[in-house]
Amino acid sequence: MESALASGLQGLFLGVANLGLGHVVMLVIGSLLLYLGINKGYEPLLLVPIGFGAILVNIPLADVMGKEGFLRFFYDVGVLTEVFPLLIFIGIGAMTDFQPLLENPKIILLGAAGQFGIFLTLLLALALGFEKLDAVAVAIIGACDGPTAIYVSSKFAPHMLGAVSVAAYSYMSLVPLIQPPIMRALTSEKERQIIMGAAKREPISKTTKIVFPIVVTIFASILAPKGAPLIGTVMLGNLLRESGVVDRLKNAAENEITNIVTLLLGLCIGATMEANNFLRAETLLILGLGFIAISLDTAVGVLFGKLMCALTGGKINPLIGAAGISAFPMSARVVQVEGQKYNKKNYLLMHAMSANAGGQIGSVIAAAVMLSVLQGMGIIGG
Amino acid sequence: MDTWTFGWTLALIGMGGTMLVLWLLSLLILLIRKIFPYQHPEANVKKG
Repeated sequence: MESALASGLQGLFLGVANLGLGHVVMLVIGSLLLYLGINKGYEPLLLVPIGFGAILVNIPLADVMGKEGFLRFFYDVGVLTEVFPLLIFIGIGAMTDFQPLLENPKIILLGAAGQFGIFLTLLLALALGFEKLDAVAVAIIGACDGPTAIYVSSKFAPHMLGAVSVAAYSYMSLVPLIQPPIMRALTSEKERQIIMGAAKREPISKTTKIVFPIVVTIFASILAPKGAPLIGTVMLGNLLRESGVVDRLKNAAENEITNIVTLLLGLCIGATMEANNFLRAETLLILGLGFIAISLDTAVGVLFGKLMCALTGGKINPLIGAAGISAFPMSARVVQVEGQKYNKKNYLLMHAMSANAGGQIGSVIAAAVMLSVLQGMGIIGG
Repeated sequence: MDTWTFGWTLALIGMGGTMLVLWLLSLLILLIRKIFPYQHPEANVKKG
């Protein structure tokens, strides 16, 4: 009887006995993510489940990511198969109004420039000694687009999924702090004061809005076939929105499906943050490179804005180049706020929204191009 | 393929390819708008 009691009590304290310093640090990091999400409002939809997942997976002996762990099931089904990010893309497509872009299509080029940080960071990551596909996964943080980063890193560097996702979502939420100093450093006060005024916006027909996602899917997927799942799911969601005949599906995509998948995806990402896997120097490097990637995106976007400004005889305010990244609509708002600081009568929001919608497509296209080039080089399978 | 050949190839084609695809997309948008122009509701009423 006494030995049975002793064994029973021992079982009760096994968790405590197995609690290591790594677990404690990760429990603190998980709690910090919860704090940032709940108290600071930084991407709470993702950081709350990620933080909680990080806590769950670092409870000694809980084994939630073990062979039969409940999070392992969701991870295998949704993350390893890349289904979760793709489902979220359908929701993003259903929520996105591409009208500003359709009204002012040349601004889409800012959405391309806003992705250059991805490729420049790739070179930095390689210089720092990352393996080729690991470097690709780090660089994709520069897409400033959570689902794209998750899609690419879960495909090619699943061991880095936690760090890449946390970096992507954290920096996206910090866009209002990261972008303004770069915007100010690269533009003159005179440039920041340029009034773009009310754009000459041609009204867009409903048919154009419906045809747009279909044509983009066919055209972009033929050019970059490896990106067809990314492009196709965003555009499917947008077609549900614009067709106007499947409101139930559109509502499900932007509400129920996105909400459920966001919860499970966040938990799964958190569950990849086991102490052994996360507490490494590499994680700090990933976080640092992610910051550089988003800063470079902003810098190249603004510089491209300056080029467009010069080519159009000063009709484009270079600040809108900063909205060429995919953080929608946050970076467009940042541009509006910055513009008004220097000229109270300046309303850059609609122009910045065009660039921002271009950035949304740009990030997906950049990832698609990247995957197709990797396939062409024989680095990844067909 | 050595690391730097890989890196520069991916970076250059990646940046160029992204710019090219999006530029072509902007032309495609203009084409779609030309094929399916906006018709003012009043014009439809007059036709009807």
